[in-house]
Amino acid sequence: MTENNNDNNTADDANERVVGTPTDTADVVSEATPEPRDDHNGPYLASETHKHPEEQQRRGEKIASLWFVIAFLSGIGFLVSYFLFPPNAAGEPAIGDPQISQYSNMLLGGTLTLAMFGIGAGMTVWARNIMPHYEVASPYDELPSKDEEKGSFSEFFMKSADESGFTKRPLMRRTLIAAMLPLGIAPIVLLRDTGPVPGDRMKETRWTDGMRMYVEGTHRYLRAEDVENDPYGMISALPALDDEGYPHGMSLTDQAKSVILLIKIPEEDWESGMNEKVSEDSEDTHLNWTHQGIVAYSKICTHVGCPAALYERTTHRILCPCHQSTFDAANAAEVVFGPAHRPLPQLPIGVDDEGYLVARGDFNEPTGPTFWEYAED
Amino acid sequence: MSKTTQAPKALRGVGNFIDDRFHLAKTGEKNLRKVFPNHWSFMLGEIALYSFIILLVTGVFLTLWFKPSMVEIVYDGSYERLQGVPMSEAFASTLHIDFDVRGGFLMRQIHHWAALIFVASLVVHMLRVFFTGAFRKPREINWLIGVAIFSLAMIEGLFGYSLPDDLPSGMGVRILQGVMLAIPLVGSYISMFLFGGEFPGEDIITRLYMLHVLLIPALLLGLIVAHFMILWHQKHTQYPGQGRTDKTVVGTPMFPAFAVKAGGFFFFTFAVIAGLSAFVQINPIHLFGPFTPTSITSGLQPDWYMGFMEGALRIFPNTLDFSIGPYPILVAVLVPGLGSMGLLFVALGAWPFIEQWITGDKRAHNVADRPRNAPVRTGLGVAGIICYGVLWLAGSNDILSETFSIDLYLTTYIFRVLVIAGPIAGFIVTKRICLGLQRRDRETLEHGYESGIIQQLPSGEFIEVHKESSDETTHVLENKPAITSTALEEDETDDRGVENPEARKPKGKLRRALAHWYTKDNVSFEGVAAHSGHHLHHSADGDEGAH
Repeated sequence: MTENNNDNNTADDANERVVGTPTDTADVVSEATPEPRDDHNGPYLASETHKHPEEQQRRGEKIASLWFVIAFLSGIGFLVSYFLFPPNAAGEPAIGDPQISQYSNMLLGGTLTLAMFGIGAGMTVWARNIMPHYEVASPYDELPSKDEEKGSFSEFFMKSADESGFTKRPLMRRTLIAAMLPLGIAPIVLLRDTGPVPGDRMKETRWTDGMRMYVEGTHRYLRAEDVENDPYGMISALPALDDEGYPHGMSLTDQAKSVILLIKIPEEDWESGMNEKVSEDSEDTHLNWTHQGIVAYSKICTHVGCPAALYERTTHRILCPCHQSTFDAANAAEVVFGPAHRPLPQLPIGVDDEGYLVARGDFNEPTGPTFWEYAED
Repeated sequence: MSKTTQAPKALRGVGNFIDDRFHLAKTGEKNLRKVFPNHWSFMLGEIALYSFIILLVTGVFLTLWFKPSMVEIVYDGSYERLQGVPMSEAFASTLHIDFDVRGGFLMRQIHHWAALIFVASLVVHMLRVFFTGAFRKPREINWLIGVAIFSLAMIEGLFGYSLPDDLPSGMGVRILQGVMLAIPLVGSYISMFLFGGEFPGEDIITRLYMLHVLLIPALLLGLIVAHFMILWHQKHTQYPGQGRTDKTVVGTPMFPAFAVKAGGFFFFTFAVIAGLSAFVQINPIHLFGPFTPTSITSGLQPDWYMGFMEGALRIFPNTLDFSIGPYPILVAVLVPGLGSMGLLFVALGAWPFIEQWITGDKRAHNVADRPRNAPVRTGLGVAGIICYGVLWLAGSNDILSETFSIDLYLTTYIFRVLVIAGPIAGFIVTKRICLGLQRRDRETLEHGYESGIIQQLPSGEFIEVHKESSDETTHVLENKPAITSTALEEDETDDRGVENPEARKPKGKLRRALAHWYTKDNVSFEGVAAHSGHHLHHSADGDEGAH
């Protein structure tokens, strides 16, 4: 705190006054003029209501009306813009064209904005220039009721409750409560058929021994060379199935479980994790499940299920773009960073007689987000 | 008022018609005279209300064409680039709204922008209520209703975002399902029942649609109506000032001034939302394409209000995961996915009661606190904002990483540190700032304000003149509420040296400790009389009395 900056009229100060200078009690020599401060003390009470001068009110009326006219014209503009672009006309600019749709959106939205703004601005000018400004005081309601009111209520309530016999007749009371219980449970029971119980369905996919693979989004079988020659070193693939009624070949539900990443990894880059067993009761190692350096992992992240679609060839890292779980493709898809709980499940692969890549069975673990029963037998 | 014009005949007719049936003249007048305190921060809740109305109106418009169906069809609508692409009917009908319905694109964008602004204004409104202590008795129940509205609004928004079945929205549902699956024991059952089978199945859009257009809006509407009725009954809080007490509210009457101002503000809110929708594109689903569970783009971002959860999911490490036999406990999903939201809502809901327990303050408060006068509460609020903000930023760490060329994993580590250190630092700094402001208030009270007038004294010295503050300011400063707690008033030992049994129990000890923490740092205004400081003696007109 700067207590003594401009505090020099104490007795001590007076004593230290330099000889020849004026005393402190003398008038001020010069003073800067302050900026005028315009502040109003406290509420503008209704009693001090002053109407705005007629001149201001008249000006306010004009400005507000101008805004309302602008709003009116914009409203008309909105209606015109609506009919300016037909929805789906051949040979004419129609909103089916994204560019035209954009213009239509800007015109409709722009005129609507102006119309709304005009009304808002006009009303504000109205309130500020024409209406008198004042504030009034009003009491808050006393919230707790008076004691006699409470007492009277409580007396009435208990008297009536006794009259009803609800407290005095336990048999009736208890059977009534019992009667409500099954009905209370009914709505929950009724929800039972919203879906099947999980059972084992979450642990199985459409992959079977010998099933060929489609490049995701096509109906073209994959060969080992396709993976080797791929510029990104990674291909997304789905089981080569053609379910009727699904243009993709299979339902989204099946795709969500079955989609795989095929990655080619140079021989010398495999890491020790590949020599471990794929699961406890299997003889195969992760390496046994590869084919000529090509390894297949589930593409669905074991964290919360986004497709782990990014692959960095030099480090063999698979990255999920949602929450950045990172898996090492050269080391049995072990989690090297991020929130995922477990590696991406691996799919055993090989080639068939005609040289197409095929699955050699199902995944070693359930694919998709990790769930309670995933490791259960 | 010189003379009042007679009500027109038609109006009197209607008025009498209603009054004959409902006896409303007295109630009607009382409500038209209802007083609304004037302060800009009271308009935040209004924005939320108005955007909710806009949401209802535009939402009804969208339902006229939207088909909540996951049946896979091949698109043959007007948008050429997706013709021949297989997609769900939901996505195709959204494209229809965008490219075959005039004004459909605009309405959809207004709906989306209004949703973002709805949640944003809810949050800012809630912060205003928190920092000014407007949640205190008698308004705790309305605070709880507000928290419920906030949580429902987030869920409502998330479900709405999911409906078009475009790529990012489907991924949002996928993440939701992934979080659900992590719930111990029942996760897979919940997911199966909600989705009607495995992800994505063919039911989820239909079900989310029902929740989004019927159940949750009905709950929201009910809660919002209740929120308003309570507010109307209890009246607004008000900021301290002359004439404003816990017994008297001062402000503008509902009719005419407030009604016209609020009406105008509705149109302003609508104008801003319409303007954004006209010129700032949001959620261009035609560029994202239909959802497939096998594809993704990088740089995906949820709507802003889900960002904190997304960020929490990103930065929480998997090192705390463990298993019981074959059963995993997925801490890295459960804590950020469910815990973050749970913590947010439980903390918000519980705070009024925790504060009341700490201070033992059972009085009704109608005059709002100035945030500086409740330093611990304000500090906690800022800590909460920082925690939320860090998680929110972490939700776009990939974009930050790319924009600022920082290593992606490094951003994760930075956020892990910040989410702990940030709130602590924020609390300490905020509390100090509050105390500093209190000290300045005391200065102002004692010495008046710095007038900006420079005087040269005969001694040659220059001084700045302090002037008396306005009565309003003095009133506000003099009436600074003291922060006390009843827990500290009870002695630890009575006069015979016997320990107070309440204070000895763990709960009593905790309460005393918290009360000490809550009240210890506070600038006392006791004994400070207005304008008693000696600075005033130099003011040109204020030479009243010497020492």
